[in-house]
Amino acid sequence: MADLSIDIRALVKRHGATLAVDHVSLQISRGEFFSLLGPSGAGKTSLLRMLAGFETPDAGDILIDGRSMAGVPPNRRPVNLVFQSYALFPHMSVTQNVAFGLEMKRLPQGEIVERVSATLELVRLSDKRDRMPGQLSGGEQQRVALARALVNRPAVVLLDEPLAALDQQLRQPMQTELKTIQAQVGLTFVCVTHHQEEALALSDRLAVMQQGRVMQVGRPEDLYERPENLFVARFVGVSNEVRGTLTDVDAGEGTLLPGDVSSSRVIRVSVPAGLHSGLQVVMTVRPERIRITPGHVADGGANCLYGVVETMRYIGSEWQGVVRIGESLRWTIHASNTAAGSRPVPVGAPVSLQWKSDDGVVIPLT
Amino acid sequence: MNPWSSSKEAVAAPCSRCGGWRLLGPGLLWTVLFCLLPILVVLAVSFATRGTYGGVLWEFSLENYRDLLHPLYGRIFGQSLLLAGMTTGICLALGFPLAYYIARLPPRRQALLLIFIMILFWTNFLVRTYAWIFILRTEGLLNTALMQLHLISTPLDLLYSNQAVLLGLVYGYLPFMVLPLYAAIERIDPALIEAAWDLYADRWSLFRRVLIPLTKPGIIAGCVLVFIPSLGAFLTPDLLGGARSMMVGNLIQHEYLVARDWPLGSALSMLLMLIVMGSLLGYFNAQSRQAGERGER
Repeated sequence: MADLSIDIRALVKRHGATLAVDHVSLQISRGEFFSLLGPSGAGKTSLLRMLAGFETPDAGDILIDGRSMAGVPPNRRPVNLVFQSYALFPHMSVTQNVAFGLEMKRLPQGEIVERVSATLELVRLSDKRDRMPGQLSGGEQQRVALARALVNRPAVVLLDEPLAALDQQLRQPMQTELKTIQAQVGLTFVCVTHHQEEALALSDRLAVMQQGRVMQVGRPEDLYERPENLFVARFVGVSNEVRGTLTDVDAGEGTLLPGDVSSSRVIRVSVPAGLHSGLQVVMTVRPERIRITPGHVADGGANCLYGVVETMRYIGSEWQGVVRIGESLRWTIHASNTAAGSRPVPVGAPVSLQWKSDDGVVIPLT
Repeated sequence: MNPWSSSKEAVAAPCSRCGGWRLLGPGLLWTVLFCLLPILVVLAVSFATRGTYGGVLWEFSLENYRDLLHPLYGRIFGQSLLLAGMTTGICLALGFPLAYYIARLPPRRQALLLIFIMILFWTNFLVRTYAWIFILRTEGLLNTALMQLHLISTPLDLLYSNQAVLLGLVYGYLPFMVLPLYAAIERIDPALIEAAWDLYADRWSLFRRVLIPLTKPGIIAGCVLVFIPSLGAFLTPDLLGGARSMMVGNLIQHEYLVARDWPLGSALSMLLMLIVMGSLLGYFNAQSRQAGERGER
């Protein structure tokens, strides 16, 4: 990558006996909105704090704009952190909060005034410039925290769970606003979140982390459509799985002999390069790629499994159902509510689940 | 009978007028009996006349206040203010880093260090001050050690000086500075300190722009708790200052007990109280005016 903003090289951080960050290497381009997604304890916050300089790596290095950050304290780094709790200075007004970084850099007063008002304009807080943080709503405080970072035009803006402290109704608009602002300023954003929908909606690319390791890096659609392992398949979205043995691999196509469905049916799958016949694999399908039809369909040309509807719930935009296949397998299906008032299939009814072979993702069992 | 019922009835029949006074009563009684009344007695005595053999004659006189204009008293007051001010400054300079250090430790270590500070209070102040005499005197611990290390050839004149008094005062009142500062610093969200650091602040800016404003109530409390007792201290200057150092406390004690001039002693006490209250009021006024200018409530 020519325009590299952050280069993380084999970074290691130990917290006592546990490896909080386990040999993580990541490259983040300039102007990219990059997210670190994972459950709590995945090491994403440690990684963020090492980028900010609040924690020291035990091994490895971080390069920002090609410069090693080893031994560089937080106040000398070209990064600014938007804290989860916002950490606005309670004794300073909005303007004073936003101006703080520029004053510390000893910029001329005229430039400070100019940049602060331009940034407050950007986050639409010009009319609240003289308020104290305690007089602002959660969303407004969030925007002050963002402005306080953006005004410095750092090489990297770090965001720690930026929307976690907001009310549910505020999150969606703030997501959009965050994304718009990032596109306007063109700075590199690195965002830590455990909220997978948020990460997908905001990011250009994201890394899914678990137990200190990066499980997969890619664009949101790569992670959702082509998960490389079961953790990613299950953490990013809902995963409907069937285990089996891979056979007849030829020219990127193959057949799965299901192991845990007492079915004589074979499942056609597309096979990623490097997998061969005889491997134990899991195939996973996303809920909205499955077509649910009442009764047992004889033949549709596509893959097909028979099951019984266990639950079906209506959430407005779609129906979400659970279908039991065979003895122990349960799949979740999402059916778009395209026609008014039609409950697709009653609970207890036998159904056929069909999907295209392309929509099944094969993941080798290790 | 239900033990709660009687109190419930009392609550259920409120008397909005007298209820407040009843609640205020004990505190008010305390203040009048133990604060206002003694001060009024001292005030009355300060306008009385000294009897030939030391008694108080109830003849009104401004003589005692005229006596206060004597330059000797001015010098003693000045020296006391200087010593108390220096004590406060040194306690603040030492206490802030110490309190900051303690407040940022893991909770269990914090408790341990706070106990170390409190342990000082387990021993009588008089005994602890005598310990300083033992350390500082001509054949004391410090001089003996320095001589045996051949760092000095003749003993240093450490005891019975203003420096010794200052040392004793700082030693005695440092905990009163550290504890309120610790309480104030401990309440600061660590993220605020990280935020300042993240926004390019160096140590000094962090201290001046973030820590001081956020711990101001603790700083004020600590300074008041150190300045007022140091100004009126008499034990420490008496034991460590000897004849060469006299503070207001010693002067008042001298007038009451040695010179047996209670009216003059009372006048001196009133002046001391006026100075303390005046400076406190002036400070709080300046504070609220500053807050008013910033638009705070």
